[in-house]
Amino acid sequence: MLLGTLWMALNEIRRNTMRSFLTMLGIIIGVGSVIALVTIGDGTTASVKDSISSLGDNLLMVRPGASRRGPTRSQGTPFEVNDADAIARDIDGAAAVAPSGSKQMLAVYGNQNWSTSVTGTTTDYFVARGFEIEQGRLMNAADVKSGRPVCVLGATVAKELFGTGQAVDESIRLGKLSCRVIGVLESKGSGSMGMDNDDTIILPLKTFQQRIAGSRDVSMIYVSVAADRSTAAVKQQIEALLRERRRIAPGAEDDFNVRDVAEIIEMVSSTTAMLTALLAAIAGVSLLVGGIGIMNIMLVSVTERTREIGIRLAIGARGRDVLLQFLIEAMVLSTLGGLIGVGLGVLGGWAATNAMQLPLVVSPPIIALSFAFSAFIGVLFGFLPARKAANLDPIDALRHE
Amino acid sequence: MAVDTAGRSPWFELRNITKVYGQGAAEVRALDGVSFIIQPGEFVAVMGSSGSGKSTCMNIVGCLDTPTGGEYLFHNVDVGKLDRDQRALLRRHYIGFVFQGFNLLARTSAQENVELPLVYRRVPARERGERARAALASVGLAGREKHTPAELSGGQQQRVAIARALVTEPSLLLADEPTGNLDSARSIEIMELLARLNETRGITIVMVTHEADMAEFAKRVLIFRDGRILDDRQQAGRR
Repeated sequence: MLLGTLWMALNEIRRNTMRSFLTMLGIIIGVGSVIALVTIGDGTTASVKDSISSLGDNLLMVRPGASRRGPTRSQGTPFEVNDADAIARDIDGAAAVAPSGSKQMLAVYGNQNWSTSVTGTTTDYFVARGFEIEQGRLMNAADVKSGRPVCVLGATVAKELFGTGQAVDESIRLGKLSCRVIGVLESKGSGSMGMDNDDTIILPLKTFQQRIAGSRDVSMIYVSVAADRSTAAVKQQIEALLRERRRIAPGAEDDFNVRDVAEIIEMVSSTTAMLTALLAAIAGVSLLVGGIGIMNIMLVSVTERTREIGIRLAIGARGRDVLLQFLIEAMVLSTLGGLIGVGLGVLGGWAATNAMQLPLVVSPPIIALSFAFSAFIGVLFGFLPARKAANLDPIDALRHE
Repeated sequence: MAVDTAGRSPWFELRNITKVYGQGAAEVRALDGVSFIIQPGEFVAVMGSSGSGKSTCMNIVGCLDTPTGGEYLFHNVDVGKLDRDQRALLRRHYIGFVFQGFNLLARTSAQENVELPLVYRRVPARERGERARAALASVGLAGREKHTPAELSGGQQQRVAIARALVTEPSLLLADEPTGNLDSARSIEIMELLARLNETRGITIVMVTHEADMAEFAKRVLIFRDGRILDDRQQAGRR
């Protein structure tokens, strides 16, 4: 009986292809947009994670100031080179330790200029951040030790200042400092969120402190954790060491923070997840509207098929048989719409992630959920019209023109 | 309970049936004390002008409606006491309907139309097909199984409707002006078909008509006027 009713419903849909399609459209759009949006959201999250991991997934960033967010966030005393030396000396899990200071500055070459981030640091910085040289050479220990006026350009800066010309051995001006370009870095590509890894100039820390910043402050220490060590353990050791060095009383809050890349990824993905959920909720509303569309058409269909219902009742269908028939019809419509929506959603998600160069992440639970929800909507919004059909009086229904 | 001369209990017995629509001043007595018995194998023509109560009476006989007063005994069951679903089950198992407007499902093949009552009887698909084909053949429509109503003439559509009513082998076939939408040649064909089914297969037929020519085919004529039975006579039945 159930199978027969299902067959009848499919026949009914086939007989009214256009109307059935229009009825399903709401569900198709609803399910499709939920899946497409979630796919795009997941793709974005994956891509952001990817680009943050490109910083190096074993990277710790030590900065002054409490990690607690909010308006009362303290600045914290800056670090000194000594702090970095202490970390390098006392913590054996720290493979590379690069104290650094940075400033947004205008770099000038001839009549070209470009505003970029200038970072003064040590040779370990290249190790920690995973920068490779493309032309010329990296800074060496001697450059760093004696604070020579030399610099290494990121690929973007080299392109903006020198175009296709040779950058190595030319001199650029950073404020009052004139420094010689000794190398250009291999491009790391741009991360998402507009973060361009190649938009940078790197010079020796001493040069930066003396000639640009005019202080001996270190605003950030990059620590690369040895491959065989746990990032979390090294992080704890650094925290303990710095608390001691900065004489923080037990129980008092840290006036610095050690950020783990994993932590940042988590933060970013929770933000995008929230956004995705919001978009999905909006799409869910359109799914609801689609359900109302089904109810509408089913109500019209019941009126249009009053005579048919009358025939069925006269022939021996009980109210519940007619109820079941219309309910199954609504459900078939909505699940069919859901199925098409899943297909179009995945296709749309694929096209969008392709266009935005994001990885394609298809989420089976979301597909299953939106599909089940569309079936549920069929039952929910099919019920009212089905009950209306079931309660028709056979005599009136047979007389209906 | 009334018992006929042969000692059988009647299949259909109406006892002092009344049907009232509306209330107070707007009250309309569609049936005003109607009593009759239909025996198995009868072919009854019900006649009367419109508003005479014949259609109301047929709706009650067909278990589509319930009387306001009196008793309708269907196989010794008082239909007035049954609910909607129970009456639907009575129709499903004992009654076949043929309507003036044919009332076939549009865009549905003759075969599927005939199978429909069997679907509600939970008959398996294969047996359904066989029985529907046999029923269509018995009304002279073998070979037309795949045609939809739009592809059939009026007379053929009515034959499909008769096949649909017969396929369940009902105790009672109710025909409501079965020839009302047909020309006289087609009408006579349909009436001959009904008379033959009554004669050869012993199917009990109650037919509403306002055409005296058609009533001639029946063996008994009931004439309604103003909600009462005016005349109830046996006749030879034209063949």
